[in-house]
Amino acid sequence: MADIKSGRLSAEQLAKNFEDIHAPMDTHEALVEADRCYFCYDAPCMTACPTGIDIPMFIRQISTGNPMGSAETILKSNILGGMCARVCPTETLCEQVCVRETAEGKPVKIGLLQRYATDYLIDKADAHPFDRAPSTGKRIAVVGAGPAGLSCAHRLAMYGHNVTIFEAKEKAGGLNEFGIAAYKATNDFATREVDFVLDIGGIELKNGQTLGKDISLENLSSDYDAVFIGIGLPGVNDLGIQGDDAHGCTDAVEYIARLRQTDDLSKMEVGRNVVVIGGGMTAIDIATQIKLLGAENVTIAYRRGTESMNASTYEQEVAQTNGVSIRHWLKPYSLSIADGAVSEITLEYTSVENGKLAGTGETTILKADQVFKAIGQSPVSVILENAGIDLDRGRIVVNENRKTSHAKIWAGGDCVAGGEDLTVVSVEDGKLAAEDIHRALSA
Amino acid sequence: MANLNSDFIGIKSPNPFWLASAPPTDKQYNVERAFEAGWGGVVWKTLGEAGPPIVNVNGPRYGAVWSADRRLIGLNNIELITDRDLEINLKEMKAVKENWPDRALVASLMVPCEEEPWKRILERVLETGCDGVELNFGCPHGMSERGMGAAVGQVPDYIQMVVEWCKQHSDLPVITKLTPNITDVRYPARAAHVGGTDAVSLINTVSSIVSIDLDNMAPNPTIDGKGSHGGYCGPAVKPIALNMVAEIARDPQTAGLPISGIGGITTWRDAAEFIALGCGNVQVCTAAMTYGFKIVEEMISGLSEWMDQKGYASIEDFRGLAAPNVTDWQYLNLNYVTKAKIDQDLCIKCGRCHIACEDTSHQAITNVVDGVRKFEVIDEECVGCNLCVNVCPVEDCITMEQMTTGSDPRTKQPINPEYANWTTHPKNPMAVEPAE
Repeated sequence: MADIKSGRLSAEQLAKNFEDIHAPMDTHEALVEADRCYFCYDAPCMTACPTGIDIPMFIRQISTGNPMGSAETILKSNILGGMCARVCPTETLCEQVCVRETAEGKPVKIGLLQRYATDYLIDKADAHPFDRAPSTGKRIAVVGAGPAGLSCAHRLAMYGHNVTIFEAKEKAGGLNEFGIAAYKATNDFATREVDFVLDIGGIELKNGQTLGKDISLENLSSDYDAVFIGIGLPGVNDLGIQGDDAHGCTDAVEYIARLRQTDDLSKMEVGRNVVVIGGGMTAIDIATQIKLLGAENVTIAYRRGTESMNASTYEQEVAQTNGVSIRHWLKPYSLSIADGAVSEITLEYTSVENGKLAGTGETTILKADQVFKAIGQSPVSVILENAGIDLDRGRIVVNENRKTSHAKIWAGGDCVAGGEDLTVVSVEDGKLAAEDIHRALSA
Repeated sequence: MANLNSDFIGIKSPNPFWLASAPPTDKQYNVERAFEAGWGGVVWKTLGEAGPPIVNVNGPRYGAVWSADRRLIGLNNIELITDRDLEINLKEMKAVKENWPDRALVASLMVPCEEEPWKRILERVLETGCDGVELNFGCPHGMSERGMGAAVGQVPDYIQMVVEWCKQHSDLPVITKLTPNITDVRYPARAAHVGGTDAVSLINTVSSIVSIDLDNMAPNPTIDGKGSHGGYCGPAVKPIALNMVAEIARDPQTAGLPISGIGGITTWRDAAEFIALGCGNVQVCTAAMTYGFKIVEEMISGLSEWMDQKGYASIEDFRGLAAPNVTDWQYLNLNYVTKAKIDQDLCIKCGRCHIACEDTSHQAITNVVDGVRKFEVIDEECVGCNLCVNVCPVEDCITMEQMTTGSDPRTKQPINPEYANWTTHPKNPMAVEPAE
């Protein structure tokens, strides 16, 4: 009998477990930390930021008691700078190359300083920090209200264009709203940030509009002056073993989305023994959160070694610190089903032979009341192909300006080929596409 | 172990670290805490005339300037001389001297610029058994408007006159404390010397406004919407003090006049620098007011370790050694050529040397070499100005290296090992012919 139930922990314990993973800095902490910045020339942190935020400048503005100006410096380059401050893997971006990392192994806490400034503006500003240019009369359709779509829409609106965002879900925000681990975006920040972005004006948000169902690229590209696609990766990969659809065998993305939307964490169903299959950020996020919800034993099984994991070392440590066990060189072999529910998972050991990953034939069995699938999301390629957009392994091919092979369609975020599937990269994609659309429409 | 014993104009103390006349030396309680902590001596907070005591403001009396991480680097005050009754001060001074006979106790004095008041106060302080007197001709605020403090210190004739009175009416050693709020510190020093002072001490505080409160539109510290200038002290004034000490130390008219160094002394190294310029001892205030009396432990241990390393057995062994090397610009060796050198192993690639040189100086430091972020000195452009060394956040990463052979890549002139200064330089229209 599968041991799955809700309310494994008290409401107080759950509230504590799902607090901000990094407490925000207060003013004193921010000033002390800001003083550590050397105001480098052509700063490495700035080069490492996918959105090119002028980091030395925004930190200097914090240190001189100008948090509002600081936030404007950030948001000028990255309108979702508030969320990026929370979710960016800074340890592999700006903070990794900070000269104080080089000098002392202790980078300036750029992410937390960015959060300090952007929170200040979003909480305290009387008005949206950027003005809209006079209306151009041009209309642009943005498909998907995730980070890429929001970033694109904001920049286009700023240039005076009229933007309509078509979003399949009932709420905007994309993975910021439905995917990011709850302890990284507390107090409904994703929703508040969407409101902040839309505040510039000139953006109409239409929810419940699924591409291929309610809207089509053919119609959008003929009805609008330009189209931006930022639909992410709506599909989920299956384990490819029998019993994949048994009770307890759950899609991690779907579970996290429900967890993010619930107003009562104690209602989430939690297994005593949980196995997560995968090695990326989703695997880390589901494993950590299910543990924080009260699962007793949580194991991540990944088919390759630690160096191949998409989740950063830092993120792996977060999971491990929370009591998650990460095991490598194991792939799903079979599921034991009892009364229609998962009870155990058999994993096969793997190794790389002649550059190819293969099972060794040896297996191990783990008790599993829940098995979470976190082995990547997949694109929806048919609709895109039919619209005449070039794809690479299902993802949209774009040029350096994020333009597709279609004359009126641009794209960005996780749905394009060659990206890193990071929020900050999606924001940059949306921004670059908007600049190019603006250029095209102004010509 | 180096001997730190100090004998300054006959006043003996176990080390050269005295607390300057200031808030920390205003009463027995503080002074005894200082002696317990290890201070060699104190100059008691300045005494005024008998009678109704001085009145201080009841609002804030200090303002500050901070560097990164809110480290206090400059302090400004509008406090007056002691606001305690003269009799209480005298009684406490006597008790302290009896309790701590091995420590130096000096009375700081400020009375109106007339002979009688000076005569009276000198007679009174004699009762305390103190080791000497310091004449406060320095305070730039509050008392100077009443014709005392800096008002006297800014007029060399008055200094000479008061010093003469003091020497005439007392056998106690006299230290004349000088104000920096003058154009040329040598004039008041010379006046004190002519008047017969046993020593000068400097600097007193610098007239200052530390900041303006932009909400109240008034200077800080603000008292009911107004502020007045105060006296500036702390690490920020040390360079001003060092220069003034050097001016007096190398002035032929005051040569050999004992100096007690004051001004931003915070560490043993600061103290050693003042002594190297010729000071017989040093006086400290702001560092103690910032960190408490315990800092003297670091000063004693640091100075003694350094003296051991250098082989100096006593203060006298290195006192004044730097003074002869302070000269005028025109005597600097124009044939001495240096180039900056960046240690690539220490470089953290912040780029500050590059941008400082590129934007504001001589375009002599690269930022990219062969397509890679790299900071290297271009000897053909480097004038050896030292700006890059000063802005680099890493100690010893950039150094100035002397060229001793070959040609200067910038001027294409061969390195000349001979000393030659501006007075004989061919481009100097006033140049003198070098002697045969």
